[in-house]
Amino acid sequence: MKLNKSKGWLYLLPALITLGAFLVYPLIDVFIYSFQEDFMTASQEYTGIGFGNFSYVLKDPDFLQALQNTLILVCITVPLSTGIALLISLGLSSIKRLRGLFQTLYFLPYVCNTLALGMVFMLLFNKTSDANVGFINNIIEAFGGTAIDFINGPYWAKMFVLCFYTIWVVMPFKVLILTSSIASVKDDYYNAAKVDGTSKWRMFRKITLPMISPSMFYLIITGFIGAFKAYSDAVSIFGSNLNASGMNTIVGYVYDMLYSEGGGYPSYASAAAIILFIIVLTITCINLIISKKHVHY
Amino acid sequence: MKVVFENLTKAYPSRDKKKGGEVIAVNNFSFEIPDGKLIGLLGPSGCGKSTTLHLLSGLQKPTNGRIYFGEDDVTDVPAENRGVGLVFQNYALYPHLTVMENIIFPLQNRKGKDKLKKEEMHEMARETAKLVQIEELLYRKPNELSGGQQQRVAIARALVKKPSILLLDEPLSNLDARLRLQTREEIKRIQEQTKVTTIFVTHDQEEAMSISDLIIVMKDGVVHQIGAPQEVYDNPNNLFVATFLGTPPINLFKGKIENNKVYIGDNAILNTNVEDVSEVTVAIRPEGFLPVENGSFSCNLQRVEVMGRDISVIAEHECCEKPSFRAIVRSENLISLNGNTVSFDVLPHKVFVFNPNTGDRII
Repeated sequence: MKLNKSKGWLYLLPALITLGAFLVYPLIDVFIYSFQEDFMTASQEYTGIGFGNFSYVLKDPDFLQALQNTLILVCITVPLSTGIALLISLGLSSIKRLRGLFQTLYFLPYVCNTLALGMVFMLLFNKTSDANVGFINNIIEAFGGTAIDFINGPYWAKMFVLCFYTIWVVMPFKVLILTSSIASVKDDYYNAAKVDGTSKWRMFRKITLPMISPSMFYLIITGFIGAFKAYSDAVSIFGSNLNASGMNTIVGYVYDMLYSEGGGYPSYASAAAIILFIIVLTITCINLIISKKHVHY
Repeated sequence: MKVVFENLTKAYPSRDKKKGGEVIAVNNFSFEIPDGKLIGLLGPSGCGKSTTLHLLSGLQKPTNGRIYFGEDDVTDVPAENRGVGLVFQNYALYPHLTVMENIIFPLQNRKGKDKLKKEEMHEMARETAKLVQIEELLYRKPNELSGGQQQRVAIARALVKKPSILLLDEPLSNLDARLRLQTREEIKRIQEQTKVTTIFVTHDQEEAMSISDLIIVMKDGVVHQIGAPQEVYDNPNNLFVATFLGTPPINLFKGKIENNKVYIGDNAILNTNVEDVSEVTVAIRPEGFLPVENGSFSCNLQRVEVMGRDISVIAEHECCEKPSFRAIVRSENLISLNGNTVSFDVLPHKVFVFNPNTGDRII
């Protein structure tokens, strides 16, 4: 028995060491950093321990802007992308011809590099000069509108591009998961419902939705977490100086605090990271509580 | 309600794209099912039984022909308006709903003036649950039930809307042997109590024979015989029906008809007034043999199996289509068997003679 127990630990050891070194230790380290006030990277010294870093970060207009951007991004992209993905998946599962082709098309963005895609979006939406106008602005002008600078223009226009891009990028994965999940609902359930005179809408609400609820739930949770961690998308469209363009995200703020010009503040970065961690944890807990009621396994 | 099939045909496009053409699952079906009976739709796997059931339910449309429920032509009526109850082979209970929610599901679909109050629905569900004896399970989920209980829930869900016709697709195939016996009696009882015309599909002839008022024997999309089980057993239309019904199966021998006698090898086993046929298949039910000394049919004795009530005599004959054949003999009729040979007289009503090529009945 004792031998078996130690054997068990032995088998766990590789995983425990890796997890400890690369996950638990940095987590604790970040946590400690975030409470060390006036930490100097060069001398590795600090003046005190307290909530100073947090209060600085929470008063920093750049952070507040990043927080606002992230929250808007999350609130718009998660419901929209999941909803649209559900519609597309339902459409895909109801057609027979060309289904494979459409599935492949919808999946293409997933295998493309995000930075390259961001560049394409920038070109689509840009308006650098009158001579060099992007495709979208061409369309707007063709319908008699005035071109909008989506990349360097008003806040809502930039936010629109960012949300549009994010939804477009996360969609393929969601469509993939949902189509396979919808396909796994047995025909017999629908046939049984049909013989009993069930309307299409009721079939969707009472059969399809409950049966795919585990996948939906998975997509919503990972969608929230992914959107809160958005960063590279914004960089690929608006360039690396996100504070200047007002399009920074929380993760972008953390990065800037560490590495950008005027960076080198691991304490502030850690505090921001901990704040993000708390927000994500709270949202995920709320999701889990809600799911208890609505997810059927 | 009586059900009439008129020249019903269902063809599927062939999967084999090179060959093309179509696969005919149901071929020119015509028959009438009387009201309030329990009907067994019997045939080997892939004979079009389930397709027939789906045509009845309206889940599939026939390629040709008409279906009537009573006097009404329902061929073009969609499934939801036909008022049939369908029990699926794997029950298709909604796993996320309780038994009660499953049973009232069909009732909740009603709209307009047919719409029911919640209490009415629960009352109807409780009544139906009582009929199939699952009252104490109403608030469980399907995965907390045994196969037999799930089956009852599925039947309750099909019955709660008071269907004019109840269809059961292989209702017993997912149950173990003992439960199968019990459930088939249940189905019979429920049918007798509700008097709803019930059609069930099975490939198990014993199942069909034991509880059906009427059996329909199918093969390759064609109806071979319709009749009361005993009638079909005693008077098969053709070789397929004769071999498909009965356990142990009927024994087949090569034979001929000569000078108004049926011969198996050199043994004249039966008198007849049919003209000479050089080649026939003689089929004899296992219970059609009577062992006697100096009987008309003499064979080599292989062994004797004692079952208590009856005795199986396993014997060989050169004209038998299998290495050996089985005769079931009541123990009191058994004469002493010693030596290597045994001889039988055959009971004329247990012997059928068929054309070996077409399978048509000659005698």
